[in-house]
Amino acid sequence: MKFRIVAAALAVGLAATAAHAEIVVGVSLGITGPGASLGVHYRNAYQLMGKTLGGEPVRFVILDDASDPTNAAKNARKLISEDKADMLMGSNGVPSAVQMAQAAAEAKIPMMVLTPAALSGNTLHWSFIVPQTTELMMGAVAQQLKAQGVKTVGYIGYTDTWGDLVYKAIQSHAASGGFKVVTDERYARADTSVTGQILRLLSANPDAVVVGGSGTGAALPHVTLIERGYKKGIYHNHGTVNAEFIKVGGKAVSGAVAPTGPLVVPEELPDSHPTKKVSLDFTKRYEAAFGAGTRNAFAGYAYDAYLLVDAAAPAALKKGKPGTPEFREALRASLESVRNVVGTHGVYNMNAESHNGLDERARVLVHVDNGAWHLMK
Amino acid sequence: MTPDIVLWLAQDGITNGAIYALLALALLLVFSVTRIIFVPQGEFISYAALSLALLQAGQVPGVVYVLVGGGVLAAVFDTGTALRDKALRRLPWILLGYIALPCAMAALAWWAAPRKLDLVWQVLLVLGLVVPLGPIVYRVAYQPLANASILVLFIASMAVHYVLTGLGLVFFGGEGLRSAAFSDASFRLGVLQISSQSLLVVLASVLVMAALWLFFGRSIYGKALRATAVNRVGARLVGIRIGLAGGLSFLLAAFIGALSGILISPITTIYYDTGFLIGLKGFVGAILGGMASYPLAVVGSLVLGLLEAYASFWSSAFKETLVFAIIIPPLIWLSLRSRHVEEDEEEGE
Repeated sequence: MKFRIVAAALAVGLAATAAHAEIVVGVSLGITGPGASLGVHYRNAYQLMGKTLGGEPVRFVILDDASDPTNAAKNARKLISEDKADMLMGSNGVPSAVQMAQAAAEAKIPMMVLTPAALSGNTLHWSFIVPQTTELMMGAVAQQLKAQGVKTVGYIGYTDTWGDLVYKAIQSHAASGGFKVVTDERYARADTSVTGQILRLLSANPDAVVVGGSGTGAALPHVTLIERGYKKGIYHNHGTVNAEFIKVGGKAVSGAVAPTGPLVVPEELPDSHPTKKVSLDFTKRYEAAFGAGTRNAFAGYAYDAYLLVDAAAPAALKKGKPGTPEFREALRASLESVRNVVGTHGVYNMNAESHNGLDERARVLVHVDNGAWHLMK
Repeated sequence: MTPDIVLWLAQDGITNGAIYALLALALLLVFSVTRIIFVPQGEFISYAALSLALLQAGQVPGVVYVLVGGGVLAAVFDTGTALRDKALRRLPWILLGYIALPCAMAALAWWAAPRKLDLVWQVLLVLGLVVPLGPIVYRVAYQPLANASILVLFIASMAVHYVLTGLGLVFFGGEGLRSAAFSDASFRLGVLQISSQSLLVVLASVLVMAALWLFFGRSIYGKALRATAVNRVGARLVGIRIGLAGGLSFLLAAFIGALSGILISPITTIYYDTGFLIGLKGFVGAILGGMASYPLAVVGSLVLGLLEAYASFWSSAFKETLVFAIIIPPLIWLSLRSRHVEEDEEEGE
């Protein structure tokens, strides 16, 4: 018993001194569970990060929330109270990230949100959302539709929140793009057939189709459209850009168009693209560490979070020592005013209104050509 | 809605309905023989479809681990029973059925995967990998509680479902797969373009139904199953082993599930958890048929397939709601006659 108390005292003492000598970043990711296929990419990115933030040594404490929002909330509280984290980063599922952001706001520590979560009020005050918003991404599709002179768009998407988000995003650009969204058909990822929805969509005879699916689940409507002889443009969203989609869709999905971050096709970017150097460098290091063809958008979000904090930390370190409330508040304020931070996904300019800070430079259109995603010229 | 849309939707509905009908027959068969509501039926669909897609990609499907692991577990169970009964002559058969056969199939998969054999061999291999899981699941999860109430068996079914889905996620991963089409040919029939794939689904379903009809009408094992379904105690009195009847009905159910999976894998993207929903719709089909009559279950499944097709046209967001809401009237009707069902249950115990 005595030993335990001594050990505990020692641990507390160590933690207290450690908190002053380094910045502690608490990370919770869904490394196992249903979200694991994404979570692993995020975790890999932490192996490629530097050893300092703004010149100060950094220690990442990475916990697994098993893709469960309840666990993510527990992890966040543990990171804050036991590890004395100066800031949080996470998670790869939107519900998990929202739970963490709430815990961070309660404890008044800044948080980098690694999924496109929609936050507001005091939670958003302490949180910074790294990935592009769905509106920003679908804006690229809307521009393309406008350039093609499309007047009517047929929509088919998931029956869940994702389907709603993509629908709202494309709808929000309809007026400025000069087109009308004429159908809102829904399907579930597990459906064995979308023939009914596609027939309904085709009977509206749209000039283009937008699919609100993700990954392999987006292949079924595309393939069915092709089977029914649809010859016009079929547009997807950034959730669909992966190799599995092409594997499942085969020849039928050739020509599919989707928006994505520049990180997915860094080699093909023009030299004038602002993120080309950072994106290409990160992709090379990632593939050198984890194997050729392992590139993905998700690792880039974690890495961009690191770059943002790295850029914001020097100003905060002047105002307080890591481990103190002053430092946390200063870091939050500093993150809110970062200018022209070039990440792997885009150029970040934060302000009090926008805690995302990305603009059109953070998106490119890609299409399926010869069995792979390529930049659209 | 133009006439050709009506026809297109009908074609789609019949293709899906044929799959549901097969599953409804399997569920009904298992329920009437063993009183088990076989929720994990759908897992065989996912396992078979994903295994076929992986074999086509030249990879060893993870189902081999489930098969060998399950086989060892079943062998341990059976050996325990054999030792208790002092019936050592059963041991060679146990080792042959639960250890040697799964290991042989697994070895065959290891050998065959990189060679990308012809489609026929791949299909046979997938059947060989997935179908033995039926009796193994019965031996491990259900035979020890063969005399429990319908409710306990149902809860066991839920547990088996979660275990098999979890194993599916571990061994197949979260992303979906789709296997190559058996044939790209299609036929024109008036305004309709009928793909050979959907024709194959309907043909195979009809063949399986005919085979089941012959099996139950003509063969001694089929008659034994029917006898068990009619009266378990009576069947035992005339020398039909309940364990054998259970294992046999699970073998058939696994075969039908695996075949359905193989048939739909080129039509749609299958995920590790897709099978559950398809199996559930087969269950709805069986309920529409009153959970008692095979022909009515087939009719119910076809009605369900058609309803689903037209609902997805008219109001896709509410499709599932409609599909699952139609079981309420038959359920009310069934519960009004529930006295009869309870009597059956007591007889069984």
